[in-house]
Amino acid sequence: MVENRPLGNLVAHLILILGVALVLFPVYVAIVASTQGPGEFLRGTLPLVPGSHALENYRAMWEAGLSRAGAPPAGQMLWNSLVMALAITFGKLSISLLSAFAIVYFRFPFRLFFFWIIFITLMLPVEVRIIPTFRVVADLGMLNSFAGLSIPLIASATATFLFRQFFMTIPEELLEAARVDGAGPLKFFKDILLPLSITNIAALFVIMFIYGWNQYLWPLLITTDPDYYTIVMGLQRMTTAADGDPQWHLVMAAVVMAALPPVLVILFMQRLFVKGLTETEK
Amino acid sequence: MARIKLEGLKKTYAGGVQAVKGIDLEVADGEFVVLVGPSGCGKSTLLRMVAGLETISEGRLEIGDRVVNDLEPAERDIAMVFQNYALYPHMTVFDNLAYGLKNRGFKRDEIERRVQEAARMLEIEEFLPRKPRKLSGGQRQRVAMGRALVREPAAFLFDEPLSNLDAKLRVQMRVEIKQLQRRLKTTSLYVTHDQLEAMTLGDRLVVLNGGRIEQVGTPMEIYARPASIFVATFIGSPAMNLIPLDYLRERGNGLLDDLPEGTDIVGIRPDDLHMQAPSGPHLVVESKLELFEAAGAESHLYVRLAGSEQPTVIRTAGQPPVSEGETLRFHVRREALHPFNHESNKRMGG
Amino acid sequence: MQTKRMTFPGRWLPYALLAPQIIITLIFFIWPASQALYQSLLREDAFGLSTTFVGLANFSRLFADAYYLNSLSVTAVFAIGTTLLSMSAALLLAVTVNRMLRSRDGYTTLLVWPYAIAPAIAGVLWWFIFNPSIGIVPYVLDMLGYRWNHRTSGADAMILVIIAAAWKQIAYNFLFFLAGLQSIPQSLIEAAAIDGAGPAKRFWTIVFPLLTPTTFFLLVVNVVYAMFDTFGVIHATTQGGPAQATNILVYKVYADGFVGMNIGSSAAQSVILMAIVIALTVIQFRFIERRVNY
Repeated sequence: MVENRPLGNLVAHLILILGVALVLFPVYVAIVASTQGPGEFLRGTLPLVPGSHALENYRAMWEAGLSRAGAPPAGQMLWNSLVMALAITFGKLSISLLSAFAIVYFRFPFRLFFFWIIFITLMLPVEVRIIPTFRVVADLGMLNSFAGLSIPLIASATATFLFRQFFMTIPEELLEAARVDGAGPLKFFKDILLPLSITNIAALFVIMFIYGWNQYLWPLLITTDPDYYTIVMGLQRMTTAADGDPQWHLVMAAVVMAALPPVLVILFMQRLFVKGLTETEK
Repeated sequence: MARIKLEGLKKTYAGGVQAVKGIDLEVADGEFVVLVGPSGCGKSTLLRMVAGLETISEGRLEIGDRVVNDLEPAERDIAMVFQNYALYPHMTVFDNLAYGLKNRGFKRDEIERRVQEAARMLEIEEFLPRKPRKLSGGQRQRVAMGRALVREPAAFLFDEPLSNLDAKLRVQMRVEIKQLQRRLKTTSLYVTHDQLEAMTLGDRLVVLNGGRIEQVGTPMEIYARPASIFVATFIGSPAMNLIPLDYLRERGNGLLDDLPEGTDIVGIRPDDLHMQAPSGPHLVVESKLELFEAAGAESHLYVRLAGSEQPTVIRTAGQPPVSEGETLRFHVRREALHPFNHESNKRMGG
Repeated sequence: MQTKRMTFPGRWLPYALLAPQIIITLIFFIWPASQALYQSLLREDAFGLSTTFVGLANFSRLFADAYYLNSLSVTAVFAIGTTLLSMSAALLLAVTVNRMLRSRDGYTTLLVWPYAIAPAIAGVLWWFIFNPSIGIVPYVLDMLGYRWNHRTSGADAMILVIIAAAWKQIAYNFLFFLAGLQSIPQSLIEAAAIDGAGPAKRFWTIVFPLLTPTTFFLLVVNVVYAMFDTFGVIHATTQGGPAQATNILVYKVYADGFVGMNIGSSAAQSVILMAIVIALTVIQFRFIERRVNY
C-alpha cells in the first residue's frame, strides 16, 4: 500500500463492518425468528433478540414439517436435497472428466463437433426450455424420481472446459513417460490424470454441490410427490401458506436448515471454493 | 542388449513439413551414439520416432531383431530420459521408479530389488520415500535416470537430459552418465544440441542438419575431418575460421597448390593459428588484434586479417603479451588446412 | 482446437468416453430445445387435439401483447437494477477490503458465504424482512412516513426482488473484483502516487480502468444471472405480481407454459430467451479473453 492513513483505515473498517452487517442481517433475522414462539408474530413487529423456542421449532420442522401447507418433514426434504446434490455433483464431475480426457488425449473424427455440442449446453439453461424438457422427462417415466432430479442436470460444459484447460497444462512428457512405462489410456487416466486433477476436482465439487443443492425450478417441475420434494423448493410451499397463516418461526427454521449445508461447505472449504469459482468463471 | 537399425526413416507432418528426411543409421549393441545438431535439425523428432512417441512416416526401424515401426512405446523395450524429467509429481520416488515395472506385471519383491539396486547405483536411496517436488534439479535428474535403469531395457534414449541443469552439475552428470553406460553396456541414443556434451559422451556422433545426416563418426574423426562446412563450424568452440582460398593463395607461396580440386574455402581451427613459427612448411598471415579475451588457461584473440578485414579467432594457451590494436603474425601448418567448396558445402578431396 | 502433441490411439474409446455427456446433452438439451423451436411455429387448439402450422404468428402475437412487452421492460429494469446494485456494492467492498492487510481474509470470509444461498431462499429472507405487517424494514419506513406494501405497490415489489437478487450476487462480484484488484501491479499505484495522484484520483485514473475487463465480464455474468437464475426469487415471493409488476421473462414463460398451458406462446417465448442467452454468451466469449481457445 502506498499510504494508509489512520483515519482512512477507520473509515474503511466502518464501511466493511456496515457491509458485513448488511450481508448478515437477513440471516440474523431468520435465525432470531426461528427461535420464537408461535404467538410472537401476532404482535406486529419481529423481536430482534433470540427467543427460547429454538429446539421445539427445529424439531417440529425436522420431524413433522408443515403438513397443512403440503410440505413434508424437513428431515426428509434435506435428505432428498443431499441425494440430489451429490448425484448431480458426482455425475457432472465424472462425465466431464471423461469428456475432457477424450477431447484432449485423443484425435478422432467429429472431435470438434462433439466439443460444440457440449459447448451449446451453456446456451440452453433449463429456464429457456421448460416445457419440452419436462415432456422428455415425463415420457421417460422419470418424474418423481432421483434419476429425474439429477441426470438431466449433469451435462456440464463448464466443468468439461475447466478439466480440458487443466489437462492442457499437464506436461506432454508425463504422457510420454507413462506410455514408455506401459500405461494404456485408462491406466494413464486412473494413475496419473485423476491424482493430478484432485485439487481441481475438489474445487469443482464445492461449486457443483452448491449448484445442485440450490436447484429450484427443476424439482418444482418434475416432483409432484412430496416424498421427492427438496428443501429449497419445499420452502416455497411453506411461505405461500405462511402469508395467510403466520407460522414464520417454523418457516424460518426450515430456511436456516436449507441454507446451512451449502454455507458450511463454503466456510470450511473457502480456498477451494474461491479457486473453483474464479477458475470456472461462472 | 540390442542394436538399433534405422533405414530410410522419414517424418512428414500433416501440413507437409518434413522434419526428418531419410535417415540411415546403425547403432551397434552396447554403443553410445549421440545425435547432435542445432535446434530444429530433427534430432529430437528422430529420437521420439525410435521411442515410438512419433509415428514413422516412411522407412524401417529395428530394435534388436524386431521391426518395431508399429509397436507401442512400451512394447519396444526401450527406456527414455526426458529433458524436463517428466517425473510423476504425485508419486514418491520409489513409485516413480516402480510404475513401469508394476505395469509390466513384475512381482513385488522383484520390483523392490530392482528399485533398490538402481537407487544404490545412483545414490538416491534416501530420496525413495519423497515426492519429486522436494528434490533439487540434480536429484530429479538421477530419479529420471533411475526410472530408465530399473527397466533393464534393450536401449536407453536420452532427450537432452542435462539441459535443465546448471553448468557445474551438467559436467558432473555427464561424467556419471558416461560411467554408468560403460558399466551397463546398454545401447544408448542420446540427443543434445551441445557439441561439447556430444564430443565427450559419444562413442560415435551423428551430426544432423535440416533433417539429414551431415556426418557420422567418432568424435575425433569428426573434429579432425569435418565432412562439411556445417560440421566444421558446428563442432569445436570457438568455431572454425573460414577463409577464402584466394586470400590465402596470395600469401601461400605455392603451399596451397596441391589442395584438392574445387576448393575455394579453407577452414582453420582457432588452435591451429600459432604465434611462433612451427618447423616444416607453413603459411603466414598478418592481422590486427581487435579484442583480447583472457579465459584463464587459454586466451581468445579476435583479429581482422590484413587486407581483407576477415574476422578470425585464435585460441592460444596462457596469456600472450599482446595489446589490442597491435599487428600480429600467425603461422598455419599445411596439415591444418581444411579444404571446402562453398557451393556444395562439402569437404573436398574426401 | 489443440490436443496433446501425442495422443492415444483408439478407434472407439474416445466415443465411449464422450458418450454419457453427449447422450445426456442430446436428450435433455438439444432435443427439447429443437422441440421448442418447432412448437414455436405451431398453434394447438383449446383441447390439445389438433395443431396447425402458423409460421411466425406466435412471435408476432407476442410482440403485440401488452403483457409480454410489459414483461420485457420489467426484465430490463430488474436486470439493470440488480446488476448495478450488486456490482457497485461489491466494488466498494472489494476496494475497501483490498487495502486491508491482516483483516482481509476475515472480511472476505464474512462477505462470500451468501453465494451458497439459493436465490429462492434469498427471496424468502427478504420477503420476510419486508413483510408489511411484521417486517422490520416496513416498521422503520413507517416511522419515516412511508407505507411499504409490496403486495399492492409494484414499485415496492420490484425494489424487494432487486434487493434480494442483488444481495445474493454480491459475494460473486466481490470475489472477482478482489481478484482483479490484486492482479493490478502495486508498482503502478506507486508510480501514480509519485506522479502526485491522490487516493481518489488513483482509483479513477489507474485502478478502475485496469479493472475494465473484470467489470465487463461481471456485467455480462450479472445480466445473465438476473435474467435466468432468479426464477426462484420471483416464484418464492411475488409470483410476478402485483399486477405483473415483477413478471420477468423466465417467470412468464413458466407461468404461461406450465401453469397456463399455452404451448405455442410459451415455446415462442423460450425461443426468444434462447436467442438472448446465445447473444449474451457470444458477447461474453467474443469480447472477453476466455479460457476456451478454439
